[in-house]
Amino acid sequence: MTSRSARLAAYCLLALHAVAALPGFFAPYGYAVQDRDFPYAPPTRLHFFDARGTLHLVPFIYGLRPDEGGSYAEDTSERYPLRFFARGDSYRLLGLIPSSRHLVTVDAPGRLFLMGSDALGRDLFSRLVYGGTVSLYAGLFGAALALALGGLIGALAGFYGGRLDSVLMRTSEVFMALPWLYLLIAARAIQPLDTPPARALLIVILILGGFGWPRPARLIRGVAASIGRREHVLAARGFGASDLYLLRRHVLPRTGSVIWTQGALLVPQFVLAEVGLSFLGVGVSPSIPSWGNMLGDLQHFHVLTSDWWWLGFPGLALVFVTLAYHLLARGATVTSG
Amino acid sequence: MRFLSRRALHGLVLLFGVSLLTFVLAELAPGDYLSRLRLDPTVSDETIELMNERLGLDRSAAARYFYWLRSVARLELGYSYQSGEPVAGRVGAAARNTLWLSGVATLLAWAVALPLGLWLAERRGRTEVALASGATSLLLAVPDVLLALALLLLAVRTGWFPTGGMVSLGFAELGWSARLLDLIHHAALPVTALVLTIVPTLVRHVQAAFGDVLDSAFLRAVRGAGIPRRRRLLRYALPAAANPLISLFGLSIASLLSAALLIEVVMSWPGIGPLMIAAVHSQDIYVVLAVVLASTVLLLFGNLTADLALYALDPRIRREGE
Repeated sequence: MTSRSARLAAYCLLALHAVAALPGFFAPYGYAVQDRDFPYAPPTRLHFFDARGTLHLVPFIYGLRPDEGGSYAEDTSERYPLRFFARGDSYRLLGLIPSSRHLVTVDAPGRLFLMGSDALGRDLFSRLVYGGTVSLYAGLFGAALALALGGLIGALAGFYGGRLDSVLMRTSEVFMALPWLYLLIAARAIQPLDTPPARALLIVILILGGFGWPRPARLIRGVAASIGRREHVLAARGFGASDLYLLRRHVLPRTGSVIWTQGALLVPQFVLAEVGLSFLGVGVSPSIPSWGNMLGDLQHFHVLTSDWWWLGFPGLALVFVTLAYHLLARGATVTSG
Repeated sequence: MRFLSRRALHGLVLLFGVSLLTFVLAELAPGDYLSRLRLDPTVSDETIELMNERLGLDRSAAARYFYWLRSVARLELGYSYQSGEPVAGRVGAAARNTLWLSGVATLLAWAVALPLGLWLAERRGRTEVALASGATSLLLAVPDVLLALALLLLAVRTGWFPTGGMVSLGFAELGWSARLLDLIHHAALPVTALVLTIVPTLVRHVQAAFGDVLDSAFLRAVRGAGIPRRRRLLRYALPAAANPLISLFGLSIASLLSAALLIEVVMSWPGIGPLMIAAVHSQDIYVVLAVVLASTVLLLFGNLTADLALYALDPRIRREGE
């Protein structure tokens, strides 16, 4: 049961990360494209039947016109069928290959707001996809960095023992005893708040990795210490194997399950950390969407008092991702335990 | 006693290290408190020079750190660039509010988690347990920010709760009972948010700790001896399960403080969280420094409490110390 749900979670996460890796293609519009005529538009409804009741196999949408109540009504005079793999805003695939194909979009005067629009009339779905690139990969790379650091430090400490071990483990204790979010914010203040988003993102990742290594390091140290004393390792050493060989051949392969489990636990934690930082306005600046700074919009009083529920979609995405990672972590613990 | 003094020394060293680290990080930041003022065409160069000198920004970093340490010795914790006053008063008041919020939330969370976890541990394998584990999984997956926002939405929509702050206007004129009520009214939502973020982890650990103990041979012996359930759980199971739970209390404080920061900001609770964010935005270094120190002190204080409780309750640890 657990392994099946873990596998399902893994597939979902793979799919999400694939979408987040190619945001330009999956998002109908660019993340900064504004349509000032349609602020806070609700999610666009997809229709199959037109006003005369005729069935259309390709779903279509209607245009919007503002009504007197400050909201929008559908303008049924013109239909805009969904277009797949059509040309739209240009972007660079993986930051390299220029392209303008989008998975789904509609023809020009029509606007496809699958998840509604924000205060500046930007498509929330597109921003959610682009924001996923920032939030998901910040968590992933941050965790990868923390695991690499932790694995290295833990393996060294456990393998060599002695003074090196005690120094490294004391350091990790100090790091674990720190109020990490406060330090994260203080560390983020190294850079002025208006640094270019790409640089800010890199810094967030470095900080996450730099503060996250102690816990995996301690666990991996335990594994490395117990393996270093096993007979087959001692025998290999007796045959003249070098330390590097022993670490690579005998110690590191055994730490695999610990690393996987810790990874599944760390990534959602780091995704949330990035979201927290950006939410507070000290992470990635709002010119590039991240799930954190998108959620920051919800803090405004005028948003809270109105019915713009679709602004909560980034939160829903966050819950989904965290849940999937937790299932994965549980699956990893069960199989390795 | 030796145990205590060693811990205190440890804490002091840690505080010194944290202050140095934060100071260095702040020094590495390009620009300083005055850089935004320099961009303002209405402020003359002479004014900037004067302020530079008065705030001590023209001195070397080492000198400033030294002056700051001296000011710490006078219990002022440096001067705020913005207000020109010693930082200690403002940060102290904010830290008290944070302590208040997280202290009450911790107490409440344990008051909920202990009986709930115990109850679940006794009923292993039944539907309630599966339901509860599903509920805790779900709650664990909801980020603190989102919880706080949802509760804020509730406050705004229903008007049952104030949407921010710690006390109403005119708090000073109220009698003590009305004051208490007002405080509870304001604290209800932030405390709820904080409790909801920490309870799932606590319940899981309590359940696991009691599960191990209830399985153990000595408790089966106790049951076999015909000792009634209540006494069995409170007198025998609880002390045996206490050790990992107290350690958990010590370890969970860091995440408690982080959650408190986000909740304080969302709910405008006048704690160290909002103070820190404002100070970071205006590059008011000494306020940032003092807040980081205050959070470290809160953390050490919590860890020390956990250590002392462990020392008092677990004879195994006492023997080790001797």
